[in-house]
Amino acid sequence: MNCIIIDDEATARAIIGQLCTNIPSLKVLEDFPNAMQAIKYLNSNEIDLIFLDIHMPDFTGFDFIDTIKNPPKIILTTSDPNFAIQAFGYDCIVDYLVKPISPERFKKAIDKAEAIKPKPVESKSKQSGQVETSSGNDLYVNIDRRLIKIDIPSIYLVEAKGDYIQVKTEDKNYTVHSTLKKIEEKLPNDLFLKIHRSYIINVDKIIDIEDNSVLIKKDVIPVSRSNRPELMKRLNLL
Amino acid sequence: MEQPNLSYITSMSGGDKAFEQKLINIIKLEFPEEKNVYFKNFEAENYKLTAENVHKLKHKISILGLEKSYDVAVDYENSLIDGKTEGRIEFESILQTMTDFLETL
Repeated sequence: MNCIIIDDEATARAIIGQLCTNIPSLKVLEDFPNAMQAIKYLNSNEIDLIFLDIHMPDFTGFDFIDTIKNPPKIILTTSDPNFAIQAFGYDCIVDYLVKPISPERFKKAIDKAEAIKPKPVESKSKQSGQVETSSGNDLYVNIDRRLIKIDIPSIYLVEAKGDYIQVKTEDKNYTVHSTLKKIEEKLPNDLFLKIHRSYIINVDKIIDIEDNSVLIKKDVIPVSRSNRPELMKRLNLL
Repeated sequence: MEQPNLSYITSMSGGDKAFEQKLINIIKLEFPEEKNVYFKNFEAENYKLTAENVHKLKHKISILGLEKSYDVAVDYENSLIDGKTEGRIEFESILQTMTDFLETL
């Protein structure tokens, strides 16, 4: 099995790497101190197994799993036993190792991983141009296998366009293969509001409102009747 | 007081002495950095970040065979999450014991 190790602690990466050398069927291709570097690597490499730490700055192990499409088998490696129940919710997680990891327990986890058949992988074309995840004030979108960071407050409009959405920011527009529903889940509720089945707006960027439309930057956006009361509720009316 | 040891490192190395030395070198490099970040965040009274630093340091405490100290670190981490500093003195004396031990390697 081709595997990678993701852990922000060099000591942990060295230990897991050494434990892997005792198992001939494992080949460690790379190790990474953070999840973002690993995501880029996964865009162009086929991996069977990931050893993944949970506690990492900025982007946790669970954020990482939620981000990647068709995750390979994952063995969580952590000093925290409290996430075991959450881990059960993921089909891709085959085992949960609490540090310090003993060679015996490690071998058992590998046996488990080897006993599970890999899932069929979706075609790569489905992976390009997707809303990936949000972290703090940032939203990452996957465009042409690159994860591009967008500053969330700079987004003023998201428009549905068939199988795509257009994310408009103060500097640039991004066309992403995703749905309005998916990006709505990633955007903060206090800043963004769906005002029409095809539009989400940043409420702070509204210039004016006229009957059933809002002016936001230079775009005039329709407001559906059902969404209007919520919009009016959100405005600081005199 | 409980003393650090290399039992875990020798048990997982499979007798690979070169790896044992490599791992010790990594710990000697990484531990002071983690310790400094811990003290910096504690001084800044950012207890949430300090708890994360303690969490990370726990792994090295366990690698050096400090089983009881590990429990002390767990309690201290939980205190910090609650915005309290209970257990600080005990935890920091564990850090000192580890520092002294690593200097002998």
